Amino acid sequence: MKNSQDEGHQAINTLRAPRVLAIASAGGHWVQLQRMRTAWDECRVTYVTTKAGYRTQVETDARNRGQAIPAFHVVTDANRWQKIRLIRQVFDVLFVLLRTRPDIVISTGAAPGYFALKFGKLLGARTIWIDSIANAEELSLSGQKVQGSADLWMTQWPHLAKQSGTKRCVEYRGSVI
Amino acid sequence: MIFLTVGTQLPFDRLVRALDDWNSGQAPERIFGQIADPGSGGYTPSNFHSKAFIEPDEFTQKYTEAKLIVAHAGMGSIISALTHSKPIVIMPRRADLQEHRNDHQLATARRFAARKGIFVAEDENKLGPLLDELMDMPMEDRDEQIGAFADPELIAAIRGFIVGEDAKKGTA
Repeated sequence: MKNSQDEGHQAINTLRAPRVLAIASAGGHWVQLQRMRTAWDECRVTYVTTKAGYRTQVETDARNRGQAIPAFHVVTDANRWQKIRLIRQVFDVLFVLLRTRPDIVISTGAAPGYFALKFGKLLGARTIWIDSIANAEELSLSGQKVQGSADLWMTQWPHLAKQSGTKRCVEYRGSVI
Repeated sequence: MIFLTVGTQLPFDRLVRALDDWNSGQAPERIFGQIADPGSGGYTPSNFHSKAFIEPDEFTQKYTEAKLIVAHAGMGSIISALTHSKPIVIMPRRADLQEHRNDHQLATARRFAARKGIFVAEDENKLGPLLDELMDMPMEDRDEQIGAFADPELIAAIRGFIVGEDAKKGTA
């Protein structure tokens, strides 16, 4: 697979390459996160998601594109109404963060990404939130709530970036498609 | 083969039933469905084969084999259709029917309706007629392919943020 973004890509000193933790729940959030993956090429990457089956995909892709094989962790899947599972998810995410100690935490959502940015920020990481392109009329609930923990806080819809009313405007810098 | 997918979270009986009705009396092999966990009292199709969930590798395989995708209006399904250059019919989930937590899929359907290769069935009654219409349409009028990666601008913004601090640490 050719990496069309190679030209103009800012170089990374591989001796002190940042530790990047990229996290998203399975499905659409994961698909979107994967479409940005060349942004953290040459970094020390840890992927976190809710579905074990994605491991083969990230390892095959790393081999095909000449990248180091990333670490891969699975956390408990939960929706907003599954309180017990949600609590397990919080601890799973915290555990991975404490083990990984990332310099950067990046997520497209949903709940696991929200927790990772919250904890990541407390642990001194720099954080990036890219709200899912599925949220065309307003930011996702996680996206709104994560604002205080997101150093780079982005939407994929230009008309949402223009909305005022809050002290801080969410940024638009392009989308995954 | 038509590949039906309702995403990784919730069942979508209204869509599964509509497709099942459409395929009544036809060969079951013409459709394969990933229908999530219907739960007790949920709907299981009788006119085509289905599984609750499939692994990512099989998902990719189904997308590759399919002539047409039928899906909920979820971004994973839509992006996968665009990258595999497959036409897709999307039907939005509705919050008032407890199909999702809010109505963002209605907005998604509106936003992507104009895009080549994406066809919207507003509800279960529109699905059958739309499928009949698509079956008669030549393939080249139906699909658009996108690359494997996000906008270069978005990737540059993220990379700039990651590298920026790295460079600063190096000089500190």
